[in-house]
Amino acid sequence: MAARSNQQVSEERMKIALPARIKSVTVAMVAVGLLAGCATSGNPKDPIEGFNRAMFAFNEGLDAAIVKPVATGYEAVLPTPIRTGVTNFFSNIEDLFIGVNNLLQGKVPEAISDLGRVAINTTAGLLGVIDWASDAGLEKHDEDFGQTFGRWGVGNGAYVVIPVFGPRTARDTVGLVLDVAVDPVANHKPTRTRDVALALRLVNDRANLLPADKVIEEAALDKYSYMRDAYLQRRRNLIHDGNAPRESSAYAEPVDGPATAEADAIEPRAEAASAPSMLAARTEAAEVK
Amino acid sequence: MKSLFVFFSGLLIATTAMTQEVAPDVLVKTVTNEVLEIVRKDKEIQSGNTRKAIDLVESKVLGHFNFTRMTQLALARDWRQASAAQQKILTDEFHVLLVRTYSKALTEYKNQTIAFKPFSLKPGETDARVRTEIRQSGAGKNIELDYYLEKSAADWKVYDIEVGGISLVTNYRESFAAEVRNNGIDGLIKSLQAKNKSGEATSVKK
Repeated sequence: MAARSNQQVSEERMKIALPARIKSVTVAMVAVGLLAGCATSGNPKDPIEGFNRAMFAFNEGLDAAIVKPVATGYEAVLPTPIRTGVTNFFSNIEDLFIGVNNLLQGKVPEAISDLGRVAINTTAGLLGVIDWASDAGLEKHDEDFGQTFGRWGVGNGAYVVIPVFGPRTARDTVGLVLDVAVDPVANHKPTRTRDVALALRLVNDRANLLPADKVIEEAALDKYSYMRDAYLQRRRNLIHDGNAPRESSAYAEPVDGPATAEADAIEPRAEAASAPSMLAARTEAAEVK
Repeated sequence: MKSLFVFFSGLLIATTAMTQEVAPDVLVKTVTNEVLEIVRKDKEIQSGNTRKAIDLVESKVLGHFNFTRMTQLALARDWRQASAAQQKILTDEFHVLLVRTYSKALTEYKNQTIAFKPFSLKPGETDARVRTEIRQSGAGKNIELDYYLEKSAADWKVYDIEVGGISLVTNYRESFAAEVRNNGIDGLIKSLQAKNKSGEATSVKK
């Protein structure tokens, strides 16, 4: 099998935040969606596919009508160094709770590194605008409460597309509620500055994802399922900090090899069967080192 | 000390040449650098000329990919359902789709650099993961880019690419399986062909 190291790298997170009013509506809609899980599709990971596709279409419409045009303009108008500063500023705030989540996962050296990043970037990096810590060799991590639950052995549960926020699993939805609850930006007072900050973060995050758009359009036969499966793979990879066991190993036999029974035994298909039970514990913990 | 190093490097090159085998990490590194060198100088590719990017990928990269293996991985258990003729068509169409996607990604190249992570291979191993990382000087974080290679006969061939942990190959599994479930192998072939036709219309226009 392939060589693996424990090195961690981070990447864009499709995390989006919005004010609390909309938040409660969202949670209610998700609850309805989970209960209305009768629109089955045959994919055990996605038991409420009908609802999800509707929400996906809604999000796509919202993106095409408002978020993407604004992000495109933002990218065109602001020079790269300024956008990097904005990205770094929010990234620095994020690092605090990345550290907390690393601590909750028992990854003490990583947590210390994260808090070191915050200390360096908040002071020498002028409130996070300059990321000196990365230059100093303190690597940026990617953690959130959903990943922490995953580390603790909580399974995905059903896949769900949340309005505005986008793809999540049942587990990550609970994680998201906690992420937002402790998010210094979402909890900032007065609310006017908070709203500006939230909007700026959303637009900046979206602008950073613009290059991926065309590639996804080129790649996907069905964008909904392409995004869904990419999200699930990505989360699995993040929970394992880049060292997830390969799912495809059961197909490793030569192309013209004999038929074997093991091909049917791959992928624990039953994993998401208990869709509405938000915290269905299952096997993922066993895979984590 | 230095001369000792030169001696061993020379020895290494000599043995490599003798066995006619390029190590997987060396292969990935050579091809990556070669391709990026061209993209950096080519303003047309940078401004979105997918056709030119495809030509580049076809001439420099494709020989190192095992598309049959990729298609088999994406089809998973449905691969066996397909006749030899269907397998051939599926491989050809999936090939086109992957090349197009890969080429599209190249046209999005700005000024990122690629870092190559430490690599080790035990003697006799025939499966390897070469880990690289896209470092973005502008906005955004680093992105992991991993290549999975398998040794077949004399040389190593890439059978999967993972971007940030997302496999460009196995990410199709669920949608391919759904298509086969609903419309059979021929249905999947049809939708792949339709997808590739629509891609042609958008990318050749430029």
